[in-house]
Amino acid sequence: MVTIIPDIIKESLTNLIKNGERSDNRKFDEYREISLETGVIDKAEGSARVKIGKTQIMVGAKPQIGEPFSDTPNVGVLMTNSELIPMAAPDFEPGPPDERSVELARVTDRCMREAGVVDLEKLVIKEGEKVWMIFLDLHIIDYDGNLMDAAVLGSMAALMDTKIPEARMEGDELVIDREKMIPLPIKEKALMCTFVKINGELIVDPSLEEEQIMSARISIGMRSDSSICAMQKGGMHPLTKDEIIKAVSRTTEITKTLMEHLPQK
Amino acid sequence: MITIIINKNLNKGSQSNERDDGRAFDELRPFKIEAGVLERADGSAYLEIGGNKVMVAVYGPRELHVRRLMQPNRAVLRCRYNMAPFSVDDRKRPGPDRRSVEISKITSEALMPAVFLEKFPRSTIDVFIEILEAEGGTRCAGITAASVALADAGIPMRDLVVSCAAGKANGEVILDLSEAEDKDGEADVPVAIMPRTGEITLLQSDGHLTSEEFEKSLNLAIEGCKKLSEAQKEAIIKRYGD
Repeated sequence: MVTIIPDIIKESLTNLIKNGERSDNRKFDEYREISLETGVIDKAEGSARVKIGKTQIMVGAKPQIGEPFSDTPNVGVLMTNSELIPMAAPDFEPGPPDERSVELARVTDRCMREAGVVDLEKLVIKEGEKVWMIFLDLHIIDYDGNLMDAAVLGSMAALMDTKIPEARMEGDELVIDREKMIPLPIKEKALMCTFVKINGELIVDPSLEEEQIMSARISIGMRSDSSICAMQKGGMHPLTKDEIIKAVSRTTEITKTLMEHLPQK
Repeated sequence: MITIIINKNLNKGSQSNERDDGRAFDELRPFKIEAGVLERADGSAYLEIGGNKVMVAVYGPRELHVRRLMQPNRAVLRCRYNMAPFSVDDRKRPGPDRRSVEISKITSEALMPAVFLEKFPRSTIDVFIEILEAEGGTRCAGITAASVALADAGIPMRDLVVSCAAGKANGEVILDLSEAEDKDGEADVPVAIMPRTGEITLLQSDGHLTSEEFEKSLNLAIEGCKKLSEAQKEAIIKRYGD
């Protein structure tokens, strides 16, 4: 299904940006209201419900025993999967994940993995044979723009909420003790900040309308120590080097305030 | 914009014997229904009953792109029942399996008799049921929530279909089986009705029952449906006023 944006909306949004304004009265560096709850699904070992404006994502983390990849026998596995379920928007279709969904999952995955959010070495039960695999599932429930930042925020919160059973080898036997649940070893925090370019300006946390008329998009994943852990450029039009450098420096400031939404631990 | 309805008949059922979770044989689990919880969907509802958490979105009536499904004299009503990977103890692989395909089919058949489909020829009404957490009785919870979401979308209906299961566990006929009772129990009978006429739009039975026990289960399920029906109406009234 093709979404058609009326020229009049495009014009009015562009004119607002020209005057330094946005349709919901936000500043260029201002997020919509963010709400974040953890522990919302009892059956998931970790979970979070995140809302940025009207965008809503449920994230669940589930651990499973598995074999490590043969090239990395001494680390556990973190897998991220996303579903843009047809509930979330009229143009989302049922079926296998489309390219938008795969991009969202992969960018989220890179942001978490490259930042070293989870101490994967501590997820090894028996080197080369048995490790914890953490499945992170993103369930997009309501799509009103800026899925990337919501997905990373929700994933971070869900991982911080996750508790895995104590597991050990007794001889050849694997013992999983569900009576003893231990918090997932978290060693870093990372979040993502997305800008879209409209009429030459970069604005943060695009709403649905802003996303539909943007010329380009850039998402920057940043750790709490302000180092960059992931980046993704999107959209049909180019960005200049200056714009990218500026986006990074603005992300440094914005990430600090975004971090305040995470559970304090 | 969000309303919460809490089951008021929680304290005691009519019988003194209790079940594992302390309920009487004819007692529902605690539940709440909210209407209009999503921004993008034309209609939506959220329902919790016991440990079940169910979200439903309705889109339509809208253009049907799959021409071979198109009906020249009425709308089609398509349902998609889907479980979130984190909704169950062992992670469920994403995507439809045989169970969810069957539930999708019987759900759409349970809802169709109540909807004035003939008012929207050549179009589709899409119902998306997402099980966020499952604890026994998700298909019934999905149907009950779907009716509220259809009403929230402003789709004309004869009645609000409502659904509830009864069954048999530990030798007793009981209402609204929990996950444990469903697993260890002898039988499960999900039922959906149109409460104004009492007509039955969904009936399944899984397990061993005598015909007397079946009749008792059916009556019990219908009583459960009537209680849930009140909460459906209240959720819509809370959202839109009288």
